[in-house]
Amino acid sequence: MALIETVNITQKYGKQEIIKNINLKVEQGEVLALIGPTGAGKTTLLRLLDLLEVPSSGSIYFGGEEVTASKRLRLQARRRMSFVLQKPVVFNMSVRDNIACGLRWRKEKESSINQRVNNALELVGMTEYSSRNARTLSGGETQLVAIARALAIAPEVLFLDEPTANLDPVSTAKIEEVLAHIIGGQKTTVVMATHDMSQGQRLAGRIGVIINGQLLQTGSPGDIFSTPRDTRVAELVGVGNILGGVIANRDNELVAIDVGGGVIQAISDYGIGAEVHTLIRPEDVTLAPHRDASSARNTFEGRITRIFSVGALVRVELDCGFPLLAVVTRRSAQDLNLAVDKGVYATFKATAVHVIKRWN
Amino acid sequence: MTEIWEGLVTAVKLIISLDPEVMQIAGRSLAISATSSAIAALICLPLGAVIHFNRFPGKRTLINIIQTLFSLPTVAVGLFVFVLFSSAGPLGGFGILFSPAVMVIGQVVLITPLMLGLIISALSATDKAITDTAVSLGASGFQMSVVTFREARFGVLAGLIMGFGRAISEVGLSLMVGGNIRGFTRTITTAISLETSKGDLELALALGMILIFIALVINIGLNRIQQR
Repeated sequence: MALIETVNITQKYGKQEIIKNINLKVEQGEVLALIGPTGAGKTTLLRLLDLLEVPSSGSIYFGGEEVTASKRLRLQARRRMSFVLQKPVVFNMSVRDNIACGLRWRKEKESSINQRVNNALELVGMTEYSSRNARTLSGGETQLVAIARALAIAPEVLFLDEPTANLDPVSTAKIEEVLAHIIGGQKTTVVMATHDMSQGQRLAGRIGVIINGQLLQTGSPGDIFSTPRDTRVAELVGVGNILGGVIANRDNELVAIDVGGGVIQAISDYGIGAEVHTLIRPEDVTLAPHRDASSARNTFEGRITRIFSVGALVRVELDCGFPLLAVVTRRSAQDLNLAVDKGVYATFKATAVHVIKRWN
Repeated sequence: MTEIWEGLVTAVKLIISLDPEVMQIAGRSLAISATSSAIAALICLPLGAVIHFNRFPGKRTLINIIQTLFSLPTVAVGLFVFVLFSSAGPLGGFGILFSPAVMVIGQVVLITPLMLGLIISALSATDKAITDTAVSLGASGFQMSVVTFREARFGVLAGLIMGFGRAISEVGLSLMVGGNIRGFTRTITTAISLETSKGDLELALALGMILIFIALVINIGLNRIQQR
């Protein structure tokens, strides 16, 4: 039995449908990341799961019991969960009192409150801030206090909405470290929303992709990143090359896909004539100055149309008869002496190509 | 001009010497207005919470009406309370017309919209994330209201003080339903009005200074609150 289950939930604000018919099971002890672009409905889904909002239609089960309609059952279930908002706010009181709030509302004994607040403070490394007014903290510190406050009640489910959005890299690393510790050490079920794919990959055991209010795909991070179900998911998870084509030929499981301007070899079950999308991750494309006698099936001669740096990597856009995007390290870009209008050979394996059916 | 100057000097003397009549009138004024403010606060704090935290049709209109009543004319409230408590009126049986009690009732009616409206705006001004956070941490409806009031405390307190300020400075209502009876329902404002018309400027000026002093204290208090 799933800890939380939603059955056909839909949420409308006025005429606008924010959540469209979502069926989602959250299993006890799992770490689920909801990824999707901003405005996709991730926050609303979290609010529905935490029972802060009541869906326009559909039902929500917590621990096997339907809790959608009853205010009393919702409060009961909500007291077993906690939620760290995307822009956490602290109450205008000391850090200690902030963290104690949830426990006081549950009428815990003062001695046990003290103990648990101290533990929570220690967990996030904020012990010396105990008596500071929480309003005087920085963004990262506020986020840590909000996490400690949510953890102090020992929730069965912890919801995190974009836990590191708008934070500097140092604070982000600190928060991810705390979260990894929670995930590793406790039996807490965690559901987090993030638009940072890599964060989902680092922290979550399962990923749900939400686009435009729909839950498009759930699966392990590996599944989602290597075999996105459709082009919307593919774009979201950073598959830089999405080419429409038709299967022109097949030899056992090896197919030749005509993408208009080139023929790409790939592994697929679809028959000849099938209209497909070929998805190639740019980091799977290697560049070389000469035609290479490697085992890779796909080698194309291309002309560089654009080069730009992204952090430590360089993205290279090629024209191989069809557009192709490759990512190389800054070092190899220098070694290859890459420049716009230069010719270069792009190579990728047939197994690096993910083929999905085109739905028109 | 010399008359006003002499009046001022005498007025200051009256205040410094703690003249019994001046002190009695000022004390009565403070007592009546403090009582009406306390009663209005007891009504407005829970009522403001109920209006703010619930969604119901016509909420916006209700708040608009409350805000319109901020500038309720004191004489209109006076007339209304007078009719209600006059011997022929529906509440005439209580026989409390021209007593401090009926003045308190009138002032409560007068300042309730102001207090209520300001409390609701103070609650509305708190971040929606505060109530969300409270609810997500397991607060019941009541616990969530308490923490929201705590967050809005300065705004709420400012609302209460504004109500008191309006109560102590009004004259029309006190005059109409209190009757300005010496030693009983005579307040600072009604006394000023009477003494001025009698030409006894010293007493009027002394009371006027006390009233301005009270207003000053209230303003300093409000400023302190708003700067926090």
